[in-house]
Amino acid sequence: MSSLAEGTYLPEGLTQPAPMRDGMDAPYWEGTREHELRVQRCADCGTHQWGPDWVCHACQSLNVEWVTVESTARIYSWQRVHHPVHPALADHGPYIVVLVELPHADNLRMIGNLLGDPMQDIVIGSDVEAVFEDHDSGNPPYTLVQWQVTAT
Amino acid sequence: MQQTRRCTGGGRQRLATVCAVSASRTAQGLRGRTAVAGVGETTYYKRGQSPDPEFVLVVKAILAACEDAGISPREIDGFCSYSNDRNTPARLANALGLEELRYSNMQWGGGGGGAAAVVQNAASAVHAGSANVVVAYRGLAQGQFGRFGQGGRRPAVRGEFAYTLPYGVMSPAQMYAMRTTRLMWEHGIDRSTMRAVALAAYHHAQNNPRAVMYGRPLDAETYDSSRWITEPFRLYDCCLENDGGAAMIVTSAERAADLSDTPVLVLAAQQSGGHRSGAWVHNPTDYATSSFKLGAQHLYEQAGVTPDDVDVVQSYENFTGAVVMSLIEHGLCTYENANEVLTFENLRADGGSIPLNTSGGNLAECYMHGLGMQIEAVRQVRGDSTNQVPNVNVSLSNAGPMVEIASTAIYGTTAVLG
Repeated sequence: MSSLAEGTYLPEGLTQPAPMRDGMDAPYWEGTREHELRVQRCADCGTHQWGPDWVCHACQSLNVEWVTVESTARIYSWQRVHHPVHPALADHGPYIVVLVELPHADNLRMIGNLLGDPMQDIVIGSDVEAVFEDHDSGNPPYTLVQWQVTAT
Repeated sequence: MQQTRRCTGGGRQRLATVCAVSASRTAQGLRGRTAVAGVGETTYYKRGQSPDPEFVLVVKAILAACEDAGISPREIDGFCSYSNDRNTPARLANALGLEELRYSNMQWGGGGGGAAAVVQNAASAVHAGSANVVVAYRGLAQGQFGRFGQGGRRPAVRGEFAYTLPYGVMSPAQMYAMRTTRLMWEHGIDRSTMRAVALAAYHHAQNNPRAVMYGRPLDAETYDSSRWITEPFRLYDCCLENDGGAAMIVTSAERAADLSDTPVLVLAAQQSGGHRSGAWVHNPTDYATSSFKLGAQHLYEQAGVTPDDVDVVQSYENFTGAVVMSLIEHGLCTYENANEVLTFENLRADGGSIPLNTSGGNLAECYMHGLGMQIEAVRQVRGDSTNQVPNVNVSLSNAGPMVEIASTAIYGTTAVLG
């Protein structure tokens, strides 16, 4: 687990994330501020779940808990965005988005950017680790979860 | 939080049970009971170029469909639309002078997943006796109301988009590209297969004066050298954005037979979403799918036909990769032979084995959220397409691949009923 050394992967100015008003996913966003990766797990059947919901999709229990999981994953799919649609990205070059799966958490999937050279070769199945990207100037401050290929 | 049910771990098993029940109860319920009596379209414009407001586009399309059907607009007593269409049934009923409005329906789900579902909803209403003449419609004027694909500009975003937008995932292309990446990786789908889909659409648009890309042919070299939107999508893998209106008149098969010697029957129309197809942040159980795997089974069962019986296909292109998924999941080719079967030659109306997107589709005719592709499927049964396939009896048109609720309709001649 590590923090981003300098700056952010995408320029500032994108819409910032916020927890849902009903509080459903607040533990996730609180966890990222503490550089912990929290996901849902059913207290009854034990299934990990993502995206968050009030209900366990596997057994329909409402007894869904938040747990901190190891912040490692592997690349499940990817895209390299060349044509940005947000003004904050207008002068920014290509950037990589990865969909990663967490094998130790029932293969749930998460989206983030893949740090490093935006033109790097991307291999599905590669091991990656989370990098917590703090946006302390956000209102309120928030932290994104980025990914980088694990050094071998 | 409190526990309301013991865990059984049987979610999957229950799902299978539900599927079996719904199949037995819905089989052939709509088959041939209703028909599309008329279709109407406005001029199709580049996005933002319509001289008419969106409401006027919808009214023009409905009036054109009524004229095509040979009925008075005042005979309409129901409306179906989708994708949060802004032009409400109440306002349309006022404008069209309806004496009575008996049925209105909005299909859930974003994108064009509802373009065949509106036919299902309209046909169901007519078959149930809820209404006699239902119009399925869609209008878009992006100059008036803004574009798709521009993403959120709000100061904060909550819910699913909180997990995508801050990472630069906000346009439809960005939201769906990774399904295609995974398809190509899992099944070895070639870029040339996606290119064939684009070339076929542009080829057909050159014979279709309604098409926005009429007079603007596309060749393989231009496709190959076009700019990346987001890998694996190049410019020509992505649909257009347009202004226009489109409408279809759905009524009983008996009424349609009074209006025409060759009525276009609705043989089947089906919505389709798989296990957790709407799960947030790209977590459907099955990812590299167009969402048609289950729905296509119900569809063919309902229509009483098999994939081999399908004479011509309109397969909604939000993106070319989704068309490849859709054709496979509708049983028109397989993962194993898709690269060999889905070639430009095979996808052409003039002699191809799977004539595809014969109006030019969303890539080259118009992006009317797919309703134009339902209309083209009807035209193929009537025999008046600008790229007419000979002797069409069974005409399939799907809508909104990869979205959480997609849909497909099959239209046909009375000969199919035997």
